[in-house]
Amino acid sequence: MTDVTLDPPSSRIRLGKAPSSNSGFNFIRFKKITQVGIKSIYSHGLRSLLTVLGIVIGVAAVIAMLAVSEGASFEAQQQFRDLGANNILLKSVKPAEVEESSRSGFGPPQAIIYGLTNADIDTIRNSIPGINNVIASRIVKKNVWNNGLNINTDVVGTSVDYPSSRNYNLRSGRFFSESEMRDHANVVVLSDEVANVLFPIDNPLGKTVKIDSDYYNVVGIMESEGYSNLGQNQAGSSNAAPSRIFIPFTSSKSRFGETTTRQTAGGMESETVELHEAIIQIEGQDGVIEVGEIIDQILQRRHKDIDYAIEVPLALLRQAEESALRDQIVAGAIAGISLLVGGIGIMNIMLASVTERTREIGIRRALGAKRRDIIMQFLIEAVILSGVGGLIGVVLGIAIPFIISAFWGMTTIVTPLAPVLAFSISALIGVIFGIYPSIRAADMDPVEALRHE
Amino acid sequence: MLESNSETATSSTAVAAAVSGQSIVASLVDIRKTYYMGALSVEVLHGISLDFYRGDYISIMGPSGCGKSTLMNILGCLDQPTEGKYYLGDEDTSQMEDDELSTIRGARLGFIFQSYNLIQQLNVLENIEMPLFYQGYSEADSHEIAMGLAARVGLDDRVDHKPFELSGGQQQRVAIARALAVDPLIILADEPTGNLDSKSGAEILNLFDELHDQGKTLIMVTHSDELAERSQRWVRLRDGLVESDDRRNA
Repeated sequence: MTDVTLDPPSSRIRLGKAPSSNSGFNFIRFKKITQVGIKSIYSHGLRSLLTVLGIVIGVAAVIAMLAVSEGASFEAQQQFRDLGANNILLKSVKPAEVEESSRSGFGPPQAIIYGLTNADIDTIRNSIPGINNVIASRIVKKNVWNNGLNINTDVVGTSVDYPSSRNYNLRSGRFFSESEMRDHANVVVLSDEVANVLFPIDNPLGKTVKIDSDYYNVVGIMESEGYSNLGQNQAGSSNAAPSRIFIPFTSSKSRFGETTTRQTAGGMESETVELHEAIIQIEGQDGVIEVGEIIDQILQRRHKDIDYAIEVPLALLRQAEESALRDQIVAGAIAGISLLVGGIGIMNIMLASVTERTREIGIRRALGAKRRDIIMQFLIEAVILSGVGGLIGVVLGIAIPFIISAFWGMTTIVTPLAPVLAFSISALIGVIFGIYPSIRAADMDPVEALRHE
Repeated sequence: MLESNSETATSSTAVAAAVSGQSIVASLVDIRKTYYMGALSVEVLHGISLDFYRGDYISIMGPSGCGKSTLMNILGCLDQPTEGKYYLGDEDTSQMEDDELSTIRGARLGFIFQSYNLIQQLNVLENIEMPLFYQGYSEADSHEIAMGLAARVGLDDRVDHKPFELSGGQQQRVAIARALAVDPLIILADEPTGNLDSKSGAEILNLFDELHDQGKTLIMVTHSDELAERSQRWVRLRDGLVESDDRRNA
């Protein structure tokens, strides 16, 4: 039946190899797919906007929260840094039971004796090597007068090294000198706050102020400190007023005496305190925390009551750094959760988009799109969504800390890493949460997809 | 063995064409298709062998459920036969991987659907360009080809319109232009006038006649005798088998 002679004319036509088009990365292709993605995002404006919002909020929250917590920790650490990282601070504290007994007693008030003594300081100096300097201070609360103007303030009798030990600078004039110290001279350095109250108009330098019945020459003015360095438990003063003035230690001792008397709610109260505070400067920062512990032990042995407080700024700084890290991890985790929620939003929308565009997927497959073309298309769309969201989020995330700083005066620090990190995470989320919907799109049966209404 | 089998099929089914010495663009060799639904299996095609020649204008007809759609999906490489071989040119597609099938569809076949199946977000030109895009044509080339085809189907003044701005007849003309973009071996049309009024339908059929005159190979699935009247060869299916295969004697 089969005739061999008929065979050659009716043969199958020979085809060249079909062009293998999808080898390697093709920029034009990528550009086209991106354009299609942008078009499809654009054609669902509101839906895309709401989807993107999740990522925007997530990224902005990550950056803003990190900036605020970074700023807060910087502020906290700055406070301790101002106290001097190689300082150990000692303060006299009125012990609780002494206060009780003085209240219950009858008759004339008796002087309460408590606090740090010169002997304590000498012992510390002699038993611990590596102590550079000790700046001891007496703090007495007095009314300071300039003619009719007066202010009730802490008069700090201290040594010439006080400003340098506290990173505390002069605004004008000078601090008192060694020779004035030796001479028990009547010289005074005002804090910025006190100078403003007593000399609202004229320059206080070269003028005099009156404390009790003595006149003191104003030789310098400190710059504004903003807050009290020694915190709330100021020895010798009930509140932590930043208004303080400085006179030579020797002058304080000879003018005001060892025992000070002051008015309290219960009547008169006298107390004898040799030293109200002492700053012990250590050579280098390495041993500061250990030296602090040793000093504490020495003082425990020498004092019956706990009438002193010891503060090691470096230890506090370390604590602040630790808690700052903890805060940042918590803040980052909370913000990260919102990014995750944003990512789930993207996945949700991409899945809806895949279902909605089943027909389109079928058409594209029929017209020659490979699985990976479909995956690419939806993945690029997801990445565009999250990328745009990420960019808006970065802008907002940088703007929000600025607004917080401007309106609430909080310190905020946007580290360059935070926006980069947040944006990368958002793009990554686009990929991660885009993969599943894209694969689902690509795995559709072309026949089924074309039949989809 | 199968080769000789196919030759036998060729000479017995379309003797006239074979004698005229035309070359075969596609051949189906004992195609069977079984669908599995759980434990149940249904064989829809029971062994179909057909050869299609260059320049053929074929109508595939038959009642609902005869296997037309299944056969069309296999011809379009959208579905694989369970048994048998399907040659497109000299390439056997029945064992091809998904990626190869995509390439074959894109490079060798042109699809025209009943419901046009244009992509709504894209304009006329972009719709026509789409198969070229997946074949990796350069932007300049695909633009030129698509503009030429838009002119050929009389829509060169509407290239930047979106599908919803066009009438059904115009949309189907876009689909035809899209099917022609890669200059395919075979154009497959599934009820191409099913959604059109008679005037638009006639326009589409006139276009098909033109394509036939230019030597294109057209395979059309239809219910309508009126539509089938225009073609040169009629394949009737019944219950998954070829019932008749006739050729116009011209």
